[in-house]
Amino acid sequence: MCCLCNTKRAMCLLTCGQSIWVCLQEIMKWNGWGYSDSKFLYNKKGQAEFTGKRYRLSGMIIPGLREWMESTFGANLQHKTPAAPILNSSAVQPPTLNEAFLKELKSTGIPFSHDAEDRVFRSHGHCLHEIFALREGKIGRVPDLVVWPNCHNDVVKIVELACKHNVCLMPYGGGTSVSSALECPPEETRSIVSLDTSQMNRILWIDEKNLTAHVEAGIVGQDLERLLNESGYCTGHEPDSMEFSSLGGWVATRASGMKKNIYGNIEDLVVHIKMVTPQGVIEKSCQGPRMSTGPDVHHFIMGSEGTLGVVTEVTMKIRPMPEYQKYGSVVFPNFEMGVACLREVARQRCAPASIRLMDNEQFKFGHALKPQVSSIFTSFLDGLKKFYITKFKGFDPNRLCVATLLFEGDREKVLQHEKQVYDIAAKFGGLAAGEDNGQRGYMLTFVIAYLRDLGMDYYVIGESFETSVPWDRVLDICRNVKARIVRECKDKGVQFPPLSTCRVTQTYDAGACVYFYFAFNYRGLSDPVHVYEQVEHAAREEILANGGSLSHHHGVGKLRKEWMRETISSVGMGMLRSVKDYVDPNNIFGNRNLL
Amino acid sequence: TLNKISSSKFDTPSKRDDFEDILEERRNSSDLRYALKCYTPVLYKGLTPCKVSELKQMVLQSDQLGYVITQVSKEKGMTTDEVTGDAAAILEEMAQRLQLSTVRFFAFTLSKVFKTLFRSICVNEEGLQRLQQAIHNHPVVLLPSHRSYMDFLLMSYILYTYDLALPVIAAGMDFMGMKVVGEMLRMSGAFFIRRSFGGDKLYWAVFSEYVKIMLKNGYAPVEFFLEGTRSRTAKSLTPKLGLLNIVMDPFLKGEVFDISLVPVSISYERTLEEALYARELLGVPKPKESTSGLFKARKILSEDYGSIHVYFGQPVSVRSLAESRVNRSQFNLIPRHIPTRPSEEILSFVNDSAYRLVRAQEENMVLKPWVLLAFVLLQKQAAEDKQGTALDEFTEQAVWLRDLSRHYGLSVLTRSAITPEEELLNQAVVILSCVSYRNQALNVFIRPALLASAIHTAASNRKQEIYNGFSFLRNMFSNEFILCPGATVQDFEEACYLLVKTGALQINQQEVLITERGHRTLAFLTSVLDPFLQGYQVVCRFLCEEDCLTEKQFIPAVRKFIIKHLLTGRLRYIEVLSSDLQKNALAALIRLGAVQKIKGYVGFTHLRVPCWFDRLSGYPTLTPMPFKSVVAHL
Repeated sequence: MCCLCNTKRAMCLLTCGQSIWVCLQEIMKWNGWGYSDSKFLYNKKGQAEFTGKRYRLSGMIIPGLREWMESTFGANLQHKTPAAPILNSSAVQPPTLNEAFLKELKSTGIPFSHDAEDRVFRSHGHCLHEIFALREGKIGRVPDLVVWPNCHNDVVKIVELACKHNVCLMPYGGGTSVSSALECPPEETRSIVSLDTSQMNRILWIDEKNLTAHVEAGIVGQDLERLLNESGYCTGHEPDSMEFSSLGGWVATRASGMKKNIYGNIEDLVVHIKMVTPQGVIEKSCQGPRMSTGPDVHHFIMGSEGTLGVVTEVTMKIRPMPEYQKYGSVVFPNFEMGVACLREVARQRCAPASIRLMDNEQFKFGHALKPQVSSIFTSFLDGLKKFYITKFKGFDPNRLCVATLLFEGDREKVLQHEKQVYDIAAKFGGLAAGEDNGQRGYMLTFVIAYLRDLGMDYYVIGESFETSVPWDRVLDICRNVKARIVRECKDKGVQFPPLSTCRVTQTYDAGACVYFYFAFNYRGLSDPVHVYEQVEHAAREEILANGGSLSHHHGVGKLRKEWMRETISSVGMGMLRSVKDYVDPNNIFGNRNLL
Repeated sequence: TLNKISSSKFDTPSKRDDFEDILEERRNSSDLRYALKCYTPVLYKGLTPCKVSELKQMVLQSDQLGYVITQVSKEKGMTTDEVTGDAAAILEEMAQRLQLSTVRFFAFTLSKVFKTLFRSICVNEEGLQRLQQAIHNHPVVLLPSHRSYMDFLLMSYILYTYDLALPVIAAGMDFMGMKVVGEMLRMSGAFFIRRSFGGDKLYWAVFSEYVKIMLKNGYAPVEFFLEGTRSRTAKSLTPKLGLLNIVMDPFLKGEVFDISLVPVSISYERTLEEALYARELLGVPKPKESTSGLFKARKILSEDYGSIHVYFGQPVSVRSLAESRVNRSQFNLIPRHIPTRPSEEILSFVNDSAYRLVRAQEENMVLKPWVLLAFVLLQKQAAEDKQGTALDEFTEQAVWLRDLSRHYGLSVLTRSAITPEEELLNQAVVILSCVSYRNQALNVFIRPALLASAIHTAASNRKQEIYNGFSFLRNMFSNEFILCPGATVQDFEEACYLLVKTGALQINQQEVLITERGHRTLAFLTSVLDPFLQGYQVVCRFLCEEDCLTEKQFIPAVRKFIIKHLLTGRLRYIEVLSSDLQKNALAALIRLGAVQKIKGYVGFTHLRVPCWFDRLSGYPTLTPMPFKSVVAHL
């Protein structure tokens, strides 16, 4: 660790003493998901266990996981594929430094580093191929320098210097991208500077009259919520990555939160954005709730994926914290009925804060993640439930699926709302299946990324991807994409049947967001990542052929760029292109995402 | 001699599966027990079982039909209930009522009938295993070739025998004329469609939705005939696209993951309708299908119709056909239940697929020895060889022909003398029956034959010139033979390859040279195409001499014209009397713009005639004739 980083760390302690975020990379894995102390492993008895103390599942034994992994993937505890334990700094190319830029940067006093570890940490997102390469100790092109601006003005200075010395800037927020957005373009010959916004993490003011908060864009989701909660407010924006992803990142990718039914997606939450571009700072002159002033310039910024500038400050809507929260779940005899129910809920516009429908495979997966039960009584109750659903109600355990629900608001209204939703569900054969199943469903969201690392220890690789699709196409797209994955795996020589599963995670008036999980055992394949990429490519083709969108909230990055033209037409591309050409004619923000 | 010719494997080339005779077991065990056997076929994995009545409800309640009903009710000023009533009536008239008891009845009676009529019914069991797998995995469409009324009964019989899911079959409405039999067929899975329903939106909607719903839900394999009707000449007919379009639609619109199309080749040694077809082609009207007619047909029970070979081909996945061919996202912007006219892209895709499938049917046909002898016989007959043929010479020719095509055969046919018209027609019946044997193998020879004719008429050995001739001929005969659209270069290369392989040609960059021993092959191949060439020429000449004609008048008039030419000896090929050839020739001339059709009249366009005529006169078989200009009739 270089001295500059130490300075920076000291400074962090001073400026954001309230945060546990002293120095991000200190407590996070360099080649996997999340906190270093939290991970799945098989203990000496061969039982799966989740380490650490941060999650509900932490420190628990998960008895069903091993059998599920073995039977689903044909994985075997004997066949391990451990990751390279530490980063070999000599494998990292020495930085290409722009001395003139560096000299002037030093004079500004903004902290920076060209330490190998710092650079590698900011060279990737969490796509499978990125993590796989890191685990094998393979390091490609990485940023040459990392800078940590502390405020909007620091960013203005950095962008000015970058323009002056023709340096390539790549904004870095939480690093949770799954679109190859953070990959350094290998063809880039200029010095690449990673602009890490993590130090810009303050709430600058809260306006209780208008229910808005003005926040620096580097703040990560969980900090934002925690700090607002202290004042009795929340944003309600909870993407699955909220532990690590940043406000600026949400804006740059058009993020979507789990509770968007109440609070809206990022585009609904944002009132004002300040962004630094090579042409100067862009912002609006007022905070009116809606304007008719030509196309909304915010929409050039939202989804620009770091190609136009750095978002530095955002004014966001806030809400009083909900009085009451309640989880719930419904079991349906099959996926078709479940989708029909969600459609009806959307039609009546009575969706709870969150409603998600998992297919049968995911239901079984969720089941396998049940922690060890402490008492005989609970296990007896579980058995009884199972008997009731499968034997008494005649649900086929290989077809049934489950919806998880989250209600929020006044206690009374929540209970009323709950009844309304359960009544609709009953019309589609749905049976209420308890709060516990619901809560576990949502917890799964946070630990599933950790699970991929466990899989990768045992020859299993996988990924999730998403789309949005009109209601009438939901069932068709789910069936066809899952079947396509299975077929492609077979055609590409995958020796074991893959896990190919999906869930409906958001409902809208005119359609839904569908999430696919896909994983397979790659034993016997010489180039598993290539096979994986081919299958994912085919799956995306299938999505587009079935009327699905290129992305609902993950964004395009470099991974899905090839489909942009057919998605938004040549004229649409030209529009975006001309904005880029005006705002950033020298391609200073040269991450080459999107276009 | 028979043994000599039969000594090579002709019926079962090595690339194919082996055949099993299913009648053998029928001759050795009880038909009744067979008809009552336990029948538990493997079904589609995604199937939600439903009753015939539920199926109808699904059709009537579908969004697709609902949309059209609303549309029609607005157009006609009727209430939606009334239109729904009409739709229900159409569905009632159309729908099948598959019933196991009827199937068992057929299983019993057909066993008896088949054993009397046929020596054997051979099927490739591996193909049936593939079919079983296909039925389990995806909705299946069965596409048998169509040479006889027997076809679909035979198909269901075989599927029942092998414990496979019984298909629902698209049948022409004319069967409904046979009251009892029509209902029986309905109960064995046939559904009936009108022969023409041009602009009737409602009918089309009910029909297409009915087929799609049965297919999508995996209710049963859907069976129909790509050729639309029975081929009277044993040559494959150009495929009809309507139903293929319908069954591909659920895949293209993402409603199913894939659909398996299974081409089935049914080869008859002799079809029951053999003589009937020839008469029909010569102008004796087709008897209306009636139950009493079927009884009269009883006399055929006393005849021997040899054996039948049924080959279940490799299932063709619509998904792989469409891969990198069709952009399925073109359906993203209009709700899928709104009927839209298929785009050019889709139409050409369906068309190409249809040709591929008919080719697949052709390739798996089992050819009988007779088929090749028919070539020899017909060529002899045309050569006015009235002596008859010595068996030795005949055998020699047949053996030679077998070696040429790697097939073999033998048959003896005596010819009567040609004198008055009636006798000519009698003889023509025999000839056309014979032609329908030869035609079964025509697809094997057609490409080399086109090339041989092109070489024959080319003024030089230049490859380009020969290719031009080939391309011209191919284009002209594309109504006559299955020649995949746009595949001229492939076909040319295939023909060259085959002729070089058999040592008939040497081809270098620029030139095509006939080898010493190639003359015989080329002469044979030229003669293969000769009747068709002459036939087309005579049709051309006829049209030149006629001033104006309605389409209805065309066939009788051209027939008269041809008889005259045959009797005067100016035309040698009696088979030109076939109305099939005449219709195809007319269709080709219309397609190529040489003839125009104006309000049902046909005639040459003034400008194009000379060029066409010149082109055809280039062929030496034509006796030069003074050309008379014809004015297109307006």
